[in-house]
Amino acid sequence: MTVAGIDLGGRNVHVVILKDDKVVAKAAGATGIQKAEAAGKFYDEALQQAGLKRGDVEAVVATGSSGPRVDFANGYIPDAAADARGVNRLAPSARTIIDVGGEEGRAIKINAEGKVQDFAVNEKCAAGTGTFVDTMARALEMPVEEMAKISLQSTTSIPMNAQCAVFGESEVVSLIHQNIKKLDIARAVHDAIAGRVASVTRIVGLEKDIAMIGGVAMNAGFVASLNRELGMDVIVPDDPDYVGALGAAVAASQGVFGEEVKAKVVEKETIEEGK
Amino acid sequence: MLANYGFKDGSGNWFLQIDTDKCDGCGKCVEACPANVLEVGEDEYDPFRDEPVAKVTVAERKKLRYSCAPCKPGYGEEPAPCVTACEPGAISHADGW
Amino acid sequence: MAEAKTVEFWRWPETSWVNPGIDWKSGKFVTAGVDVGSVSSQAVVMVDGKLYAYSNTRTGSDSPDSAWKAVNLALQDSDMTVDNFDYCIGTGYGRVNVPMAQQAITEIACHARGANFMYGPEVKTVLDMGGQDCKAIRCDDRGKVLKFMMNDKCAAGTGRGMEVFADLIQVPVWEIGTRSFQIEKEPPAISSTCVVFAKTEVVSLLQEGVPENDIMAAYCAAMAHRVVELLNRLGVEEKFAITGGIAKNMGVVKRLEEEVKTQSPEANWYDPEMRDKGLPFDTQIAGGIGAALFGFAMLERGKAKSARKA
Repeated sequence: MTVAGIDLGGRNVHVVILKDDKVVAKAAGATGIQKAEAAGKFYDEALQQAGLKRGDVEAVVATGSSGPRVDFANGYIPDAAADARGVNRLAPSARTIIDVGGEEGRAIKINAEGKVQDFAVNEKCAAGTGTFVDTMARALEMPVEEMAKISLQSTTSIPMNAQCAVFGESEVVSLIHQNIKKLDIARAVHDAIAGRVASVTRIVGLEKDIAMIGGVAMNAGFVASLNRELGMDVIVPDDPDYVGALGAAVAASQGVFGEEVKAKVVEKETIEEGK
Repeated sequence: MLANYGFKDGSGNWFLQIDTDKCDGCGKCVEACPANVLEVGEDEYDPFRDEPVAKVTVAERKKLRYSCAPCKPGYGEEPAPCVTACEPGAISHADGW
Repeated sequence: MAEAKTVEFWRWPETSWVNPGIDWKSGKFVTAGVDVGSVSSQAVVMVDGKLYAYSNTRTGSDSPDSAWKAVNLALQDSDMTVDNFDYCIGTGYGRVNVPMAQQAITEIACHARGANFMYGPEVKTVLDMGGQDCKAIRCDDRGKVLKFMMNDKCAAGTGRGMEVFADLIQVPVWEIGTRSFQIEKEPPAISSTCVVFAKTEVVSLLQEGVPENDIMAAYCAAMAHRVVELLNRLGVEEKFAITGGIAKNMGVVKRLEEEVKTQSPEANWYDPEMRDKGLPFDTQIAGGIGAALFGFAMLERGKAKSARKA
């Protein structure tokens, strides 16, 4: 049986093709403005890798914030449902999932069967998402990969006051002017976003094991900060950015073409504090 | 004056409110708070007030989300220890706490 | 209305003004309020509680420098020096680092006091839309703070957020308000709350060919909507006044008034004498005015001693 999962997010699209429950092809890229077209393009790229045609695929399930715009999909499941399936396959011991992508961050509590028990999401604020990391890397005038690498060499913790990505950018610039070492600033950036992500996760609780997925999971500097913040080590599966797409493909193989995810936490995390 | 200290998280709005007109600066709330978020000092918002007043420490203002979470309804004792400790009834929790 | 002198044209203009109608040497007390904010700094000098001079400048790299820059600019056309100050109060984000100040007072108290002086005792709700924060304040008829709410965590609804937008759309920040009304039909507001995500949204609107003025309208509406949340939580009580830099952006102010269904007073002095003389009015100096008035009250009540050197 050949199925596909498409994760169409705010910034990137990921495609996974499963043949008899094995991953036979993967493709990913930026969505750009024409999101639906991008989904089709990377789907075709993955098919080509696997030597398949669209007609060979029995079912396609989409997920992601723009998932409902994937017109060739047979169904759509929410991110939380896809993440739960993907993580359950790769790290069956995980009960808590932290998924931080380009424009969203979410924490999901799952049971041993990979069913969503509760989740909390931040989709309104760039702090606590990959966008925050990108913005700060730009302010430091280095690629994200470089920032991740040097932050691991830092032994000094400097608190960042700014919670907002806009204010954070000015703060990074002023730290540079104060001649603070770039590696320490890099760590401060990762500590800041780890604090934000941990705050969302605490809403659903910190049940072990914790799996960290999404594009930001590939940033070792961030993962180190998150481990410090949570006081425990998170599991990062291989290709953490493809987990949503994998979960959607698993749903397709299970014949699940739609799912309502019940969240105890319904309100969106806007990360705002009165004083 | 009603000083609002608080935060909003996925489960609602949480505001610790201190009525500075009722507060007599006795400091019992400071001792009662398990997370040490309160202190008694100069009223920052009324320069003409001579009497000290209870307030959330500057360091805690941005961290109430974590510090006060164990006292949210359904989690801790109700009413919260700071509310019980305050004899003049100056401390309350607004917006659904 | 007498014009304040324009010093800079880039971004928003810096200004300074000295009241020619006051002979400061015959006054009893000279008090100053220096408001060092995250984006702008102001110095206000008062003689016996009357407005004598002020300046509005962009905050520099550190608070002491910004305070000096503001004070020097305010006094550049006067023969007064800082040594003639009886009392000086620092306020704003950098209030503890104002070198010429004897005391620091939080900007919440100063804005309420300043708005009371500027707009009169009927103003009971003050919304200060600053460079990096937004505060909703309830006060009594003497400008004493009764209650407040503050957002200083997020750039949405702040002056910095508007500057980011101005840079993005390449329109001077002071033209955005006016141009946001040069539209055929009010467009839907930008849906992203976050300034960073709003930038992405604006870029895609520009690529879709949506007219610039419509995008400005959509952004002003989003900013107004953002602060309404804060105001509603506090509760709007008649009358309500807006202070700070965004108060100069009619595109935001008018849309905000519409959302809360209350008009804010026109940007002019409540005091009929100041109004008749056409003294320049600047919504950004409320904090400085409040600080200078607190200094005057401290001296009068004997709660502070004159620190005058000359």
